[in-house]
Amino acid sequence: MSRAAGRDASGHDASGHDASAARDASVRPSGSPARPARRSTRAAATRPPLRYRIITASLLTVAALYFLTPVYWLTVSATKNSADLFGTFGFWFAHPRPLEHLRDVLTYDHGIYVRWFTNSLLYAGVGALAATLLSAAAGYALAKFPFPGREAVFNLVLAGVLIPGTALALPLYFLFSTMGLANTYWAVLLPSIVSPFGVYLCRIYAAAAVPDALLEAARIDGAGEARIFAGLGLRLMTPALVTVFLFQFVHIWNNYFLPLVMLADSDLYPIQLGLTSWTGYADRRPELYQYTVGGAFLSVLPLMVLMTVLQRYWRTGLTEGSVKA
Amino acid sequence: MSGTDRGRPATGRVQRTRHPHNSRNFRNSRNPRLTRTEARNARAAAAFVLPFLALFLLCFVAPIGYAVHQSLHRTERTGPLGLGGQEREVFAGLANYAHALADDRFLTGFGRVLLFGVVQIPLMIALATALALLLESASARGIPFFRSAFFLPYGVPGVIASILWGFLYVPGISPLVEIAGSLGLHVDFLARDTVLWSIANIVTWQFTGYNMLVLISQLKAVPDELYEAARIDGANAWHLARHIKIPLIRPALVLTTVFSIIGTLQLFAEPMVLRPLAATIDSGFTPNLHAYSEAFVSNNQHIAAAEAVLLALVACVLSFGFLRLVGQRGDGSGR
Repeated sequence: MSRAAGRDASGHDASGHDASAARDASVRPSGSPARPARRSTRAAATRPPLRYRIITASLLTVAALYFLTPVYWLTVSATKNSADLFGTFGFWFAHPRPLEHLRDVLTYDHGIYVRWFTNSLLYAGVGALAATLLSAAAGYALAKFPFPGREAVFNLVLAGVLIPGTALALPLYFLFSTMGLANTYWAVLLPSIVSPFGVYLCRIYAAAAVPDALLEAARIDGAGEARIFAGLGLRLMTPALVTVFLFQFVHIWNNYFLPLVMLADSDLYPIQLGLTSWTGYADRRPELYQYTVGGAFLSVLPLMVLMTVLQRYWRTGLTEGSVKA
Repeated sequence: MSGTDRGRPATGRVQRTRHPHNSRNFRNSRNPRLTRTEARNARAAAAFVLPFLALFLLCFVAPIGYAVHQSLHRTERTGPLGLGGQEREVFAGLANYAHALADDRFLTGFGRVLLFGVVQIPLMIALATALALLLESASARGIPFFRSAFFLPYGVPGVIASILWGFLYVPGISPLVEIAGSLGLHVDFLARDTVLWSIANIVTWQFTGYNMLVLISQLKAVPDELYEAARIDGANAWHLARHIKIPLIRPALVLTTVFSIIGTLQLFAEPMVLRPLAATIDSGFTPNLHAYSEAFVSNNQHIAAAEAVLLALVACVLSFGFLRLVGQRGDGSGR
């Protein structure tokens, strides 16, 4: 396609020429009767040149390969036994028996994997739910009630956001062991319920999304503060609450250091800790390699579904945090 | 085109417009009612804040206090040769800190994570920015697929990611090593010089997509008129990115960098999981690993507490230092 042909074709379907047409348009004095040029400017805005689209698509594809290859490897390897894991090419299937292998993972050692999975769900589910409620209440109060010491509390929360979690985990263990809380469910659950970032997010969101006039109206109608919070506040804050829940769920689910220092009893382990205990024995029991890979595959599934399905909540919520920071 | 969709939720740009006192102004004429309202407010606020605050004190403030206390004491045994007998805690001043700071391996670990951060954080943020700009550019197709693909690794826990990449690093099982070998290349991901960067790759793989999403949400908060105006002025995609988009997402860049600094200092799960595979990862590979082994291998809580306090201090200094650095530059230049 020649340059002239591109011009003739009214600029809409031209590929490499829209950019030059747009450049021409900008050179023209704005008052001049340049209708075709303006049309092509809009066309350039909606359909960039072909070579830009090709470059963009190639770069995005390379990046996608990088991010997806390990996941692909995991999917393929979850169908292999230990011998094939070492003996066959990693990026292709060999004697795939996925259901059998996954059953082996689930039944090994009297179904300890199921126990770990349940523990992880308990820590992350209950912890994130409680964290969301506490953050919502605290954030709502910080945004909507002018009480003495409000700024001090908020600054304390902000400092909490910046404290590295693992620097806290060791001291927390020392403290909890003097209190007899170490090596219990509470040792992992209690710290998981505290989310300074959640409070921060909820305060910002409540300040913007819960109108004072509405609260006043509810008060004049005689509703108690608890009812106003539960009926109005929580409903208006829902998008932020979903974000806080997701954040905290992933945070707890992914947390390794805290359970590692807190828990000695393998019945209390979350999945991550359990799987690393398997890799520790794999030298002596080679089938554990296969179980580790299968277990890793199973453990990744729920979070991936959660993240893909609820992606739009991540977006809106993160905007809140990043714009205001 | 995603850059100009007008249907996006406006939540990101809602500003706090209403002053908290405005709505109560009409009550100023009736004083007794106001004080009663204020008392009611304070009571309600306390009920809402206290559950969080109590747990915050237990899980954030108390451990820090306890760690500081522990770090200033040491255990003294009254038995012969300092073994057995009664244990009691005695004040040690800054001896534990001196011990930690005189420990070569602890300091080397710090140096290692600093080097890691200086290289990995800029790379990761640059990659995240590039991907965000590409996905938000007019040329991108298949945006939902790519966004999900890039974000997916964030859902893989650090331990699982390390196990996963560990298998991709170990010679004999790794298809990557195999492919490289068939091309005549000898690669060793777990050698003394390369293992740190193999870990950097795991971290980059995990968190680039997350950072990208933060940047994208800020890009979406930029008014479309701005892009439109620039485009009419003849700005091409590159100009748009360089002179409009990147300066506008600066707050998000700062945020992601600060969180990356904090995350880097805590580096633990990745080297811990790779340790059995790489002989070059010792118990002092990162400061966190060192503190952990002081506490659980050497059984020295007081040193471990001092190291945890030092770690938290360095994290605070670095993140606040970075915030000040970029803050000053923001004031100084008018670009």
